[in-house]
Amino acid sequence: MPPKEKLLHRRVFILLPGNLEQAGSVSGDVRRELVALGVEQDIVRRAGVVCFEGEMNIAMYSEGGRIILLVADDRVELLFSDRGPGIPDIELARTPGYSTAPDWARELGFGAGMGIPNMEHQSDRLEIRSRLEGGTVIRAVFRRGRG
Amino acid sequence: MTTKLKLGDVARLTNAELLAGEEALDFEITQACAADLLSDVLALVQDEGVLLVTGSLAPQVLRVAEVLGLGGLLFVRGKRPTEAMCAYARQASVPLLVTELSMFETCGALYCEGLGGARRKRFPKDYPDDAS
Repeated sequence: MPPKEKLLHRRVFILLPGNLEQAGSVSGDVRRELVALGVEQDIVRRAGVVCFEGEMNIAMYSEGGRIILLVADDRVELLFSDRGPGIPDIELARTPGYSTAPDWARELGFGAGMGIPNMEHQSDRLEIRSRLEGGTVIRAVFRRGRG
Repeated sequence: MTTKLKLGDVARLTNAELLAGEEALDFEITQACAADLLSDVLALVQDEGVLLVTGSLAPQVLRVAEVLGLGGLLFVRGKRPTEAMCAYARQASVPLLVTELSMFETCGALYCEGLGGARRKRFPKDYPDDAS
């Protein structure tokens, strides 16, 4: 396996708990930063969607967390981490249509059980680690230079 | 056979009022998607320039529009976004329109003019042999 390319860009976004009005705003910032860095349009769009889904998950289920954006010549990565209840059954959470979203999130048009399946589809690699009553960490990787 | 419609044509065909995006009236809408469930929009739309027909006034509609590079938001049944949403849309260059038509009538009017629906295409994970 070839060594990873040196990082070109690193940015940390802090997500405060209960900030519903702002939920989803980091993904716009991520999109603008990726465009400014000259990242391929397809990756800009996919990373924006994954960021949005991850951000909404943190807003819906956790007590706050952070998103780290990493950009290198060969890849873009998004790292989501939160403090919260954790995911009891990750395989179940990967099932399209399965959701434990609160009512307020459903009223906003979320909670259809497509968040994690959509994150998996849109990224080239998605890793989920979760600890009950601890929190969840998700790493999404997008490979650059695939045409 | 599908066709592209200018945003100004969309406004004319649905008798819609333009609330933001006066500079985008000549912008070509490639496809349309009609949904209130934003999760579905995020899963379905893969091209830039898609028109979202919706009855949802959640602030996240605008963020979804930004992330997906939507060509415009058309609110149905006379649902008017707040002035704060309009201001955000102007700053983010997301055109906003509002029509008194229902979602069914709106979609029918645009479909009859040849505007096609957004379709989910293939994702990287759909190519299992290419996961090098």
